Amino acid sequence: MKPAPFKYIKASSVAHALSLKAEYGDDGRFLAGGQSLIPALNFRLARPAVLIDINGLAELEACDCLEGGRLRLGALTRYRTLERNGDLLRACPLFADALPHIAHPQIRNRGTVGGNLSHADPASELPAVTVAMRARMRVKSEAGERELDAADFFVGLLTTDLRPDEMLIDVTLPVQKPRSGGCFLEVARRRGDFALAGCAAVITLDDGSRCTDVRLALCGVGETPVDASGAAAALIGEKGSDKLIDAVATDVQRGIAPAGNVHASPDYQRHLAGVLSARALRKALQRVAHAA
Amino acid sequence: MQPDRHEVQVSVNGSAYRREVESRMLLSDFLRHELLLAGTHVGCEHGVCGACTVLLDGEPIRSCLMLAVQANGHELSTIEGLAQDTGELHPIQQAMHAHHGLQCGYCTPGILMTMMAFLRENPAPSEQEVREALSGNLCRCTGYQNIVDAMLVAAKAMRASVP
Repeated sequence: MKPAPFKYIKASSVAHALSLKAEYGDDGRFLAGGQSLIPALNFRLARPAVLIDINGLAELEACDCLEGGRLRLGALTRYRTLERNGDLLRACPLFADALPHIAHPQIRNRGTVGGNLSHADPASELPAVTVAMRARMRVKSEAGERELDAADFFVGLLTTDLRPDEMLIDVTLPVQKPRSGGCFLEVARRRGDFALAGCAAVITLDDGSRCTDVRLALCGVGETPVDASGAAAALIGEKGSDKLIDAVATDVQRGIAPAGNVHASPDYQRHLAGVLSARALRKALQRVAHAA
Repeated sequence: MQPDRHEVQVSVNGSAYRREVESRMLLSDFLRHELLLAGTHVGCEHGVCGACTVLLDGEPIRSCLMLAVQANGHELSTIEGLAQDTGELHPIQQAMHAHHGLQCGYCTPGILMTMMAFLRENPAPSEQEVREALSGNLCRCTGYQNIVDAMLVAAKAMRASVP
């Protein structure tokens, strides 16, 4: 339970970190909060030759409102900072729902948004939340920068679209629109454990309470966060009746192929995905009604 | 490969230390083996059990999920800093003692450091809030009830001791 030897380099700036990553490629790993990487080092599941410590780089800690109702979270934003940011929690209620599910206070004091998303654990909450919110990821290398949709960022189990010389710089979220409601729910065996299944839902209604936009994403039931917005699109143009929501939930269950794990069979995970989707959609609808 | 060694300067419970250690040394091992502050216990070494919780700049963290070299320039608080030099227990320790909040005591240092930070932020918690704050610390012998009781009493004692 001790990490294999590596070379530790504390980056002095983002430019320095990117030049190190360009030099070492896949042999180098960025060390952010370390709450997934250091366990992997301790188990020797990960044996990078070089650790590039990006902690303390103020350029990555920005957490601010942009024009056009968007919110930017720097990659080094720690969960605890978000939990204490009342403005953010009001602007993005999905985050407020999801944050308490992320491990425990000690982990949330260190863990970062960028580290979580770059690690791309499919059972983790934030990847599903970013997919549901249509977040945009900004990634950078020495060669330049590009932006991509959350849905395109996650490409496989613990795998993102990041190239060996790239770093996730920040993630931009739309602030919740008027007449909208969001909800995140999950089931885990114990408080703070990884979810057996989780669901993020966002619904927007028009003045006649008909659904104009709906987003639904699941965690824990695939190799990446699963975008189930296609199934939920049946709600568009409709008032969210119980019958319609139940039909969406059934459709979600049909569209996923959970692998199962030691704590839950694939059937049980599929069951949970349906129940959570229906509950999250109902709760999101209630919240629109309350906010209006 | 030559060992990758780095100088680490930290303040622990108000005392300054300087050591040169390998980059792969965990903060938990640094405290125990380099500084001989063995009150910080090591349980699972992958961030699940909470036994190694210490305060980094006042915030509870898992010391097994941080490298010693990352603590360079920071302030740490560990269980050794709670009691007075005279041996007088901190109210949080006194409450654990009085309410039988420990049996084997292995998890206790991590629990107390977690709760020190929690009670500072939330001096008058409900029982539910105490349980939520304790959720990241495993104890395999008390059944938690006595720890929860002790923390509610400690919170009261700590409120009373604030002038």
